[in-house]
Amino acid sequence: MSSLAIKVGDELPVFQRRTGLAEWNRYAAVNDEFVPIHMDDDAGRAAGFQGALGMGNLQIAYLHNVVRDWLGDRGRILTLSCRFNAPNLKGTIICARGHVTAVTPRENGVEIALDVWTADADGNRLAPGACTVLIDR
Amino acid sequence: MNESKKEGATLCSHITDEMRALVGREMRRWVSFPVSSSDIRRWAIAVYYPECPPGRFWDAEAAAVSRYRGIVAPEDFNPFAWMVAQPKGQSTMAAVADNPDAIENGLHAAGPGLKHALNGGINIAYGVPMRPGDVITSVMTLAEYRERPGSLGLMLFTSISTVWTNQSGEIAKTSLSTVIRY
Repeated sequence: MSSLAIKVGDELPVFQRRTGLAEWNRYAAVNDEFVPIHMDDDAGRAAGFQGALGMGNLQIAYLHNVVRDWLGDRGRILTLSCRFNAPNLKGTIICARGHVTAVTPRENGVEIALDVWTADADGNRLAPGACTVLIDR
Repeated sequence: MNESKKEGATLCSHITDEMRALVGREMRRWVSFPVSSSDIRRWAIAVYYPECPPGRFWDAEAAAVSRYRGIVAPEDFNPFAWMVAQPKGQSTMAAVADNPDAIENGLHAAGPGLKHALNGGINIAYGVPMRPGDVITSVMTLAEYRERPGSLGLMLFTSISTVWTNQSGEIAKTSLSTVIRY
């Protein structure tokens, strides 16, 4: 899809993962994030959750993935933000989603603003955020 | 922790005068080891698991014909994981994660003494991509303290500003992250 065809309201293809220790341990291995609340249900409960929870940084990675997979080689990510509203608990199916909120012509391309978020299977938003990308002219 | 908090006054501020004096101070300056293709490949595999990551992160041929003309790191890549080159031999994430007061203790001050620390969120702006061979410098500054009542008592929000530059002085990333302590 060229930048000309992108319009407000367009939805990005969903990036979906079932999350648990298989995903978290791999992420911990590359990010040195062997934090007890991400590894151990007792530590998660002691921190006030139902059990161990996934890394916020992995949610951030999934938000980049959904944007990157949609963007392909057409442009680059300029900004991304998110906040963490709810924990990513073990076994949750996480869907990273996004939709276009603005399309703005720039001197060097077209800037696209997006709402992005991760959600569980019930649609509860765990990590809502926003992103901008620049697509080459 | 001040006396009134010890006595259970949960809405008493966690922010001491000593902590307030830390705002604006440089917390840490790290220099990474040179980023390797293997670092990038493993990161991409982890964040796309169980599916294969895009070729631009691991396939030199695919990367050569991409907009970047070579392998680049995913934007969210962390070149400081496990150990940094400067300060020599210092480990990064583990030391911070095990101590909720690490922010203040790293500045030789007492922390709020709260039991738990969580990632609250982040705002990131990207510059040039990180590539194999890059040496990234990170400068972190304590930007702000805020507080808000929550279901687990008064929660402390600490904002940390970070700038990453490469060996040519180009900005790879700036961010403002929030740590929530309770």
